[in-house]
Amino acid sequence: MSVLQVENLSASYRKNKVLYDVNFDVQPGSLTGIVGPNGAGKSTLLKVMLNLHPALSGNVSFFGSTLAKTKSKVGYVPQRGSVDWDFPTNALDVVLMGLYGKVGWFKWPSKDDKELAMESLAQMGMTDYADRQISQLSGGQQQRVFLARALVQNADLYFMDEPLVGVDAATETAIMTTLKRLKSAGKTVMVVHHDLLTVEDYFDHVMLLNKTIIKYGKTEEVFTKKNVQRTYGGTLRWMKEA
Amino acid sequence: MSYEGWILLTASLVGLSCGIIGVFLILRKMVMMADAISHTVLLGIVTAYLITQELNGMPMLIGAIIAGLLTAVLVQWLHSLGVQQDASIGVVFTTLFAIGVILIATKTGNVHLDVQHALMGEITFVPWHTMDVPLIGEIPQATFILLIVLAIVLVMILAFYKEWKITTFDAALAASLGLPVMLMHYVFMTLVSITTVASFDAVGAIMVVAMLITPAAAAYLWTDRLSVMICLSALFGVISAISGYYIAVWIDTSISGSMAFATGIIFVISFIGSPNHGYFARYIRPVTIQD
Amino acid sequence: MLDVFLSPNAQWVLLSTLILGTASGMIGCLAYWKRQSLMSDALSHAALPGVVIAFSIIGYKNLPFMILGAAVSSFLGACFIHWIRSSSRVKEDAAMGIILSVFFGLGVMLMTVVSRTGGGNQAGLDSFIFGQAASMVRTDVYTMLVVALVIITVIIVAFKEWKLFLFDADFAKGLGLSNRLMNGVYLSMLVLVIVIGIQAVGVILMAALLIIPAVSAHYWTHSFKQMLFLSAIFGGGSGMLGTLISTMGKGWPTGPFIVISSASIFIVSLVFGAKRGLLINAFQLRMHRKHHAVRNHSIPRHPVKEVK
Repeated sequence: MSVLQVENLSASYRKNKVLYDVNFDVQPGSLTGIVGPNGAGKSTLLKVMLNLHPALSGNVSFFGSTLAKTKSKVGYVPQRGSVDWDFPTNALDVVLMGLYGKVGWFKWPSKDDKELAMESLAQMGMTDYADRQISQLSGGQQQRVFLARALVQNADLYFMDEPLVGVDAATETAIMTTLKRLKSAGKTVMVVHHDLLTVEDYFDHVMLLNKTIIKYGKTEEVFTKKNVQRTYGGTLRWMKEA
Repeated sequence: MSYEGWILLTASLVGLSCGIIGVFLILRKMVMMADAISHTVLLGIVTAYLITQELNGMPMLIGAIIAGLLTAVLVQWLHSLGVQQDASIGVVFTTLFAIGVILIATKTGNVHLDVQHALMGEITFVPWHTMDVPLIGEIPQATFILLIVLAIVLVMILAFYKEWKITTFDAALAASLGLPVMLMHYVFMTLVSITTVASFDAVGAIMVVAMLITPAAAAYLWTDRLSVMICLSALFGVISAISGYYIAVWIDTSISGSMAFATGIIFVISFIGSPNHGYFARYIRPVTIQD
Repeated sequence: MLDVFLSPNAQWVLLSTLILGTASGMIGCLAYWKRQSLMSDALSHAALPGVVIAFSIIGYKNLPFMILGAAVSSFLGACFIHWIRSSSRVKEDAAMGIILSVFFGLGVMLMTVVSRTGGGNQAGLDSFIFGQAASMVRTDVYTMLVVALVIITVIIVAFKEWKLFLFDADFAKGLGLSNRLMNGVYLSMLVLVIVIGIQAVGVILMAALLIIPAVSAHYWTHSFKQMLFLSAIFGGGSGMLGTLISTMGKGWPTGPFIVISSASIFIVSLVFGAKRGLLINAFQLRMHRKHHAVRNHSIPRHPVKEVK
């Protein structure tokens, strides 16, 4: 059974069509990098699938069912810039937010929930920063907090929007280690990624996207000079030749 | 209770409810929306008056809620059509407010309902419009309504505290967890509307913006914890309400104007003096980001 | 109705709201593209204490002096907003809310004191809150005309500089256009048009004169020049229309009727606007969908499809 099945998806911002005829199936346990030029609709694709942005047409099914029925199995890491880091709260609290769906209405997070949150902070090497106001964290630390928040959700399918943008090298390594660990635990991860140089090292699947899917499949088969040039409109110089 | 006692109690209730709601207004970046609602609520009150022909608490509250929600829906709708957010707020609230003023000027001609009163508030009249409430006894109508509104605000904020927090901080995550983000937006707009209309008698349409925003902004400069920020903001609201009253008595002027001015003083003190986020804080202790 | 046109004073008032609407429509266009529509709301509220202080110093209603007071007070408000936003974690919308309400509160405080001690003439001050164009005298109209004409001239003369400054301030800077200067001139014009406007429409509704014409004009055109022109016409037209209507009833305030006229133009533009109106949008979306349906039909679906 495929984890995620997308049929015939299209979406627009105002009058501009940003996605059309998107079709793909995602197999469990894959770690996919979504790659494409600016404005290719990478973030929009995630948002449309998660129903955060309306689709013009198409069908998305999660675990052979609808998103509403499988929400607890789906985790989402928005772009770091999408929130206001001046919000009066600390790192632990942000991680706890990942559990709010499970805690349910009218209930407060329990002691166990807090321990879970501390555990995922520890996995991201952020134990010492649990009490820190979030605006006093560096960009990389903020991203680790976001990752910890996703981990605590314990989902089976994760969507991550540019988790490696603007982070330091140590954080990048920590995040990639975590993603690979998720993969080996049988989870499925889809990551919007911007750095073509690291695609082959980081992902076993790659989706080349430019308003529609150019190619999607195993990295060694799909991530070729020809396909990448077609995705980027042929203007990109292939890094292996350089 | 004495005449002055009722005024101080009423003003403090305004400070409390506005202070609590204001925190979320600031964090949700919806300050100008509150400004808009504080104006359009007038249309709701006038319409309620024209329909019922009396200045009664309940129809006024309902009218205000409808007007507040109408504002929120219209702004959202115009924005979805591609008008800039603040331009759509500007179009909607000035138009609805103008309709309200025209209705007052042409239809009512009533001494109880004049625009000046609605805009400036007249807390000195509050203790004279009393009503009998079982168990409590005789209590000014405005004070009673404020008590109920404060109770509603407290219950709503406490019961859904973590939901408010997450929809405010990261609406996208909240939606992906299955929380009804849009519904909560409109519930919040309803809370803003009822708080505004309940504070109307005491401080009026424009000064209610001062009570909503300024104490919360001051509290934002003192703390990094949401719960502390809410308590501080409520406290600042009460302090400015009470000190505003005494300033007004001292120089014999408008009470609502003085309360708004008092919130400004509290903000200035916080802006200059806060150890973490104040104006001088960065000269005393440079911001450190450790990695 | 005819009396309105016959009375010379009414003609002057009509002329002044016409030119005020034109000037504010044009400035509003600049404010719209600077994404500062609500700034005008904050600044017009912030003018109140200045008006009252100027009045209490002189002791009688003197428009040029009150304009000066209002300008100083709005300008201070603008500086405070900038200062709060740039040197603390408080965001711009909250800073505007604070300045708007606290300044207005201070204005009301002072107004109460002045009207108690200042010996009558409160009617002159009250009109600053809701606007009473009919209460203006000939010299008031002269002052307004001069200020509004200066503003219109400044916008027309430096048209291409404004366009560049609004569209891409950094690029403009590269060409040697001082952003500081442009910002200063822009803010001064905004403050000036607000302070001459509050006499006619009042501090609360002044923002409508600046915001609504520009938003309406945007529905009709994609060109900045045409938008500026249309916004000026819409502003001037609603100023005149609103004033005419308000003279039909006794004691009817001018401001709200101008706003309603403006809002009517907005609704017409929203529905019928040639470039972004609802009708044209619905039509285009339908074409979009149709086109889309045809495409899907003609190309068989397969999991991964390549583009031509």
